[in-house]
Amino acid sequence: MQIKPILAALRHHKAGTLLIAAQIALTLAIVCNALFIIHARLVRLHQPSGIDEASLLVIGNQWAGKPGSDQMASLMAADLDTLRKVPGVANVYATNTFPLGNGGMALGVSHSPDKLKSVTTSGIYFADENALATLGLKLVEGRNFRPDEIGQLDRQGYVKPDVVIITRALAALMFPQRSAIGQPIYISAKPSIVIGIVDELRTPWVDTSFAKWADYSTLIPYRELTPIVQYIVRVQPGQLDEVMHRVRAALYAANRLRVISPKDGVRSFAQVREQAYRDDRGMAILMSGISVILLLITGAGIVGLTSFWVGQRRKQIGVRRALGATRHDILSYFLTENLLIAVGGVVLGGVLAIGLNLWLMKQFELDRLAPGYLLAGVVTLLLLGQGAVLAPALRASRVPPVEATRSI
Amino acid sequence: MLGYYVDLAVRSLKRSPGLTALMILAIAFGVAASMTSYSVFRAVSGDPIPWKSAHLYVPQIDMWGQKGHRDGSSNNDPPDAMDYLDAIALMRDHRAKYQSAMYAISPSIVPPDASKHPINVGGHAVYSEFFPMTDAPFKYGSGWSSAEDTQRAAVVVLNGEINQKLFGGGNSVGKTVNIDGKDYRVVGVLDNWSPKPVFFDVVNTGGFTTGHEDVFIPFLRAIDIGMPNNGNTNCSEIPKSSGFVGLQQSTCVWISFMVELDDKAAAAAYREYLDGYARDQKQAGRFSWAPNNRLRDLHEWLDSEHVVPSDTQISLVVALGLLVVCLVNTAGLLLAKFLRRSSEIGVRRALGAPRMAIYTQFLIEAAIVGLTGGVLGLLLTWIGIHSVSWVLPKEIASLARLDIGLLLLTLLVAVVATMLAGLYPTFRASRVQPALQLKSN
Repeated sequence: MQIKPILAALRHHKAGTLLIAAQIALTLAIVCNALFIIHARLVRLHQPSGIDEASLLVIGNQWAGKPGSDQMASLMAADLDTLRKVPGVANVYATNTFPLGNGGMALGVSHSPDKLKSVTTSGIYFADENALATLGLKLVEGRNFRPDEIGQLDRQGYVKPDVVIITRALAALMFPQRSAIGQPIYISAKPSIVIGIVDELRTPWVDTSFAKWADYSTLIPYRELTPIVQYIVRVQPGQLDEVMHRVRAALYAANRLRVISPKDGVRSFAQVREQAYRDDRGMAILMSGISVILLLITGAGIVGLTSFWVGQRRKQIGVRRALGATRHDILSYFLTENLLIAVGGVVLGGVLAIGLNLWLMKQFELDRLAPGYLLAGVVTLLLLGQGAVLAPALRASRVPPVEATRSI
Repeated sequence: MLGYYVDLAVRSLKRSPGLTALMILAIAFGVAASMTSYSVFRAVSGDPIPWKSAHLYVPQIDMWGQKGHRDGSSNNDPPDAMDYLDAIALMRDHRAKYQSAMYAISPSIVPPDASKHPINVGGHAVYSEFFPMTDAPFKYGSGWSSAEDTQRAAVVVLNGEINQKLFGGGNSVGKTVNIDGKDYRVVGVLDNWSPKPVFFDVVNTGGFTTGHEDVFIPFLRAIDIGMPNNGNTNCSEIPKSSGFVGLQQSTCVWISFMVELDDKAAAAAYREYLDGYARDQKQAGRFSWAPNNRLRDLHEWLDSEHVVPSDTQISLVVALGLLVVCLVNTAGLLLAKFLRRSSEIGVRRALGAPRMAIYTQFLIEAAIVGLTGGVLGLLLTWIGIHSVSWVLPKEIASLARLDIGLLLLTLLVAVVATMLAGLYPTFRASRVQPALQLKSN
């Protein structure tokens, strides 16, 4: 294909050419950054929490009338009993928070009581002997808590557990050379002996600012005596919906002086996950919507402008056809012309995309754009350009040679 | 003449309906996407108390020193909340016009009707000066007195919604409410007060929350009866003794603080006072570092707390990018459209039309495209704002509104943007050489 005459012709449409190239460049810059954001959010949406979400319920309970600590301990024990008796309930325990719960306690973990030398921050889960079985956590080393190890903690009291269970990731971080079992770690001024290691358990926070230590969870053998408590309920297979209705009624029947929010007091983990990642899902949808609109508009713009050029050049096309150019020659002329413009556009667009990404990184702490997204964007836009130009180019190729003899 | 140009423009646009529709749709989508994201951005970056925000300040005191900054934050900012000791000291010194320490509470209210379940409410423990400082609008009654602050009186200010729930919305001043098992006398009812962002406590609310401010009770009373803090507690070291009292003696930060200062001079004086206070603490051996305080006004404070979510900003940037692409698109199409009419322009020019007339004619054509795109964009914006709750957090999406201002802005942006896009094509059209065009026919 002769590129020279195409370039010569383009020089006559300098402004139009530049505008299409600019549009392709801007579209590429935005679309590949949007794709990048979408992908990052989708990855987060499906981030495993380490627990058996499909068969778990969470109940947020608040005591009314300000019971004392002793009273609360017996109220909680009574509730756990009540819940255990609900048909379809397999297991239950009381805690402060849960994965995807987006709230809870974080403490520094160190090799010595000196807080300044903490190795990392760890998400703290209150647990009892039923926690592992309820959550479906896999103990990869060591043992579970014993009932006699479970302590009680007043509001604003301080945790100083004798024993803890930690995640495999935290164990590997703290004791890279040897087994963590039997070793002391410090989350308070007192040593806590690691008695068990679980495979995976994410910290309660889903926000990216907590991502650095999202795998470093610690289970401590405590029941927290606060007016607000979360019950995690493991349900027999296939009974989630029935049990969701039963537990609320059973708890209120046992004791009226409590608040279980009618809206979100009892939630399945599917609901918890949906709420936790609502923003991310929304952002992914928004970015997808904008990308689709952008591509449509750019595609339609190319169709529109090329159609005009074809209309403008009917006479020239006729002359070329009369001089022996085949239909295929005309078709490939317009396809090549578009390819040249699009390549110019994506080169500029690649630079813009990286620039936009750098700016987003600086302003909003986004990650660096992976080259794959840029490549995907380039391919998409080149294909879009060729696809968009096809219809007008075909129309051009059907211009009869006799057109050469007609005046405008 | 104007009517004639409009007529010409409409004829020209009708001649190529597909292209016209494409331009209008591009403008409409570009404008709608930008305006929808802008309406969200405007809602979250708005000034919750514009008449007073320049006089409200948030003091920060560094009670942690170097050990508080070990977690990577390089800006050496003191903690964004206050510990009990310093908050009480600042309240006692009383150097501002109004000041209030506050903390988030979440008590339960037992309705008098025994058949109803107790309800869980949200609110803050505050000082009496909180109400005049924040200009909280009272429907009935008023705040409590400073004497009641020190007496730890069992009084409560209810917000409209909870008053509706408990007393059917009537004037409940003087009636009693059972909060956490104790009777409180209602002294005032607010008129559904819900500033966005929740400027007096962004640390615990993040600015936007679906939670309610239902009740306000005196700070010292809440401390006295040990009403627990429902907000964040941040500690740089483990408190020496346990319990709520231990928390009060610790350097853990969990209290928000706000002051009202009349002018820059008062702010400078208050800054001076804070530094003096920190020096005194150093002398007393509590701090071992130079004073490191901040006194930010409300705008600076909301900024430093990143109240505007970054997703909202990214969305706005991307949507504006979409608008720019739509404009480039429109410019290209207008250029093609206008230049195709070179012969028509040639004839008009040859018959004596000045360049200005060509300008007017084609800019009017662009403006008509813009206006039509704007009207369609308005419709799409309306749809966008109503469906934004589908993709954005509820507490933010519910703030986006289509009001008269946004309506006019949408139309204005559409028309101005399209005319800008039409500027270069029009310029090219006006440069058409009449002689050349006439000859070539």
